[in-house]
Amino acid sequence: MAVVFERPHALCDVANHYCPGCTHGIIHRLVAEVIDEMGIEGDTVGICPVGCSVMAYDYFNCDMIEAPHGRAPAVATGVKRAKPDSVVFTYQGDGDLAAIGTCETVHAAARGENITVIFVNNTIYGMTGGQMAPTTIPGQVTQTTPYGRDPKLQGFPLKVCELLAQADGTALAQRVSVDSIPHIREAKKAIRKAFENQVNKRGFSIVEILSTCPTNWGMTPLEALERVRTDMIPYYPLGVYKDKTVWNGEEDK
Amino acid sequence: MKGNEALGEAAMRAGCKCFFGYPITPQTELSAYLAKHMAKRGGTFLQAESEIAAVNMVLGASSCGVRAMTSSSSPGISLKSEGISYIAGSDLPCVIVNVQRGGPGLGGIQPSQSDYWQATKALGHGDFQLLVYAPASVQETVDMTFKAFDEADRYRMPAMILSDGLLGQMMEPVMFPDIVPDIPEKPWACCGHKNKREHNIINSLYLKPDELENSVLERYKRYDAVKRECTDAEAYLCDDAEIVITAYGASARVAKSAVNGAREKGIKAGLFRPKTLYPYPVNEINEACRSAKTVLSVEMSMGQMVDDVKLALNCRIPVEFFGRTGGIIPTPSEVLEKIESLSERSR
Repeated sequence: MAVVFERPHALCDVANHYCPGCTHGIIHRLVAEVIDEMGIEGDTVGICPVGCSVMAYDYFNCDMIEAPHGRAPAVATGVKRAKPDSVVFTYQGDGDLAAIGTCETVHAAARGENITVIFVNNTIYGMTGGQMAPTTIPGQVTQTTPYGRDPKLQGFPLKVCELLAQADGTALAQRVSVDSIPHIREAKKAIRKAFENQVNKRGFSIVEILSTCPTNWGMTPLEALERVRTDMIPYYPLGVYKDKTVWNGEEDK
Repeated sequence: MKGNEALGEAAMRAGCKCFFGYPITPQTELSAYLAKHMAKRGGTFLQAESEIAAVNMVLGASSCGVRAMTSSSSPGISLKSEGISYIAGSDLPCVIVNVQRGGPGLGGIQPSQSDYWQATKALGHGDFQLLVYAPASVQETVDMTFKAFDEADRYRMPAMILSDGLLGQMMEPVMFPDIVPDIPEKPWACCGHKNKREHNIINSLYLKPDELENSVLERYKRYDAVKRECTDAEAYLCDDAEIVITAYGASARVAKSAVNGAREKGIKAGLFRPKTLYPYPVNEINEACRSAKTVLSVEMSMGQMVDDVKLALNCRIPVEFFGRTGGIIPTPSEVLEKIESLSERSR
């Protein structure tokens, strides 16, 4: 009998703490599959954020470091500069990456820091119980926008891929989704490219993944996936915002 | 050599491979020196986008098992305090340099010692300590930099060189010890497991209170060893001293001149100079104050170390204070005047 489907080695065989229907599980698996397929687990160092994926250090089989809130790109920079041959990825949510960590994110991109950023955008702070995120869509109800996000009061969301595509150091900025099987396949390809870019020393690669939060959105898992299609993708169009396949900066930094 | 540049040279010789900094006066020469020399000698110098990013880059580099350092001056150290707490909570070694200037707020850019409390008691949230070294000369800055890297690695905790604008900017002759850094194995490091071991995790999060308490208790056991093994101090003319001045760093240089002046006038004065501020040299100060009737803490602050002097002496001896702040360095004659008035009072 042949094994046709199994847990990727890069994913630990433990129960995770994510809520039912949350797509963190899918995204973890995609990252782990890419690590397995590229055979880089032994060289990989992952950086966890503060937020729902704070305990990802228990879920990935590679070496893992827990960073302060928003600082993952700076911690990743320290690792990569100290050990240029390691493969370094951060795994960050929208509050971590696009609010408290905006400075670290933008400058890691501007430097062309040769790291891979997995950016999980679910338009809400999940871990703390559903507050407005920098990516919360206008009109979206959260704990801290009980009447819906009003751009006149709370401003507009940040579109991270569009922003980081402007940085000369960015090699790849791509937005994907995991709401359907074709989208999941697309997401995996983007993640693979983001890791390959690093191995090929092309600079900063970010994959933004639209994700669900059924618990804090007050939806069933199916409704949550539907919301990704009806509300999120129209506001955050999927696609490649930058793809610099030839990195013309310094080869190794 | 300038104090700041000597510190940078010492760090490289002590095996520091990564430096992450952000521009601020009066630590400027340290970063500039390392920018010039570090890459040529196989290290990494990177100017970060903020003090916060710089200290987190140190966290990352240290997580790989590499000797790493950052430097700043007072307001910048406040910004680093989040990262320092995480570094301590993750049991990572590193060296942090504070070339102190006047505060609070933006304060000034002249020398000060008003970050004593911050360095020894409050460098971030949570139960933790840093090893704090207080050099009083350029040579001592060099020697303590070597020691800071070694002890930080030994105890897996951050160490601070608490310098100031005066020590950082002044020039003195200096000898670099001929030492090949002896960097211990770091089996806990996160630099890729190479498929040869289980994955390592560097983390400061413990959601279960008993696990968190245990991690803190383990750390405090190391601090107990630090208190037993790492205290250092200088006692100058203390054997028969009736008035003992306590001072560290730049103010200790001034105090020494005042003590010499007092001796010329027949006043039995001595100087006790802690070289480590955490751990505080409690036994050493009690030894130095055996014949003291009065103790005078001289600082470039409104009086911060004076609390530790009182605690260390258990209030057995009256402890007085003299200080200037805001970037003003006390003069030897000011201190001598204070010694004389105390001497008359005790007669």
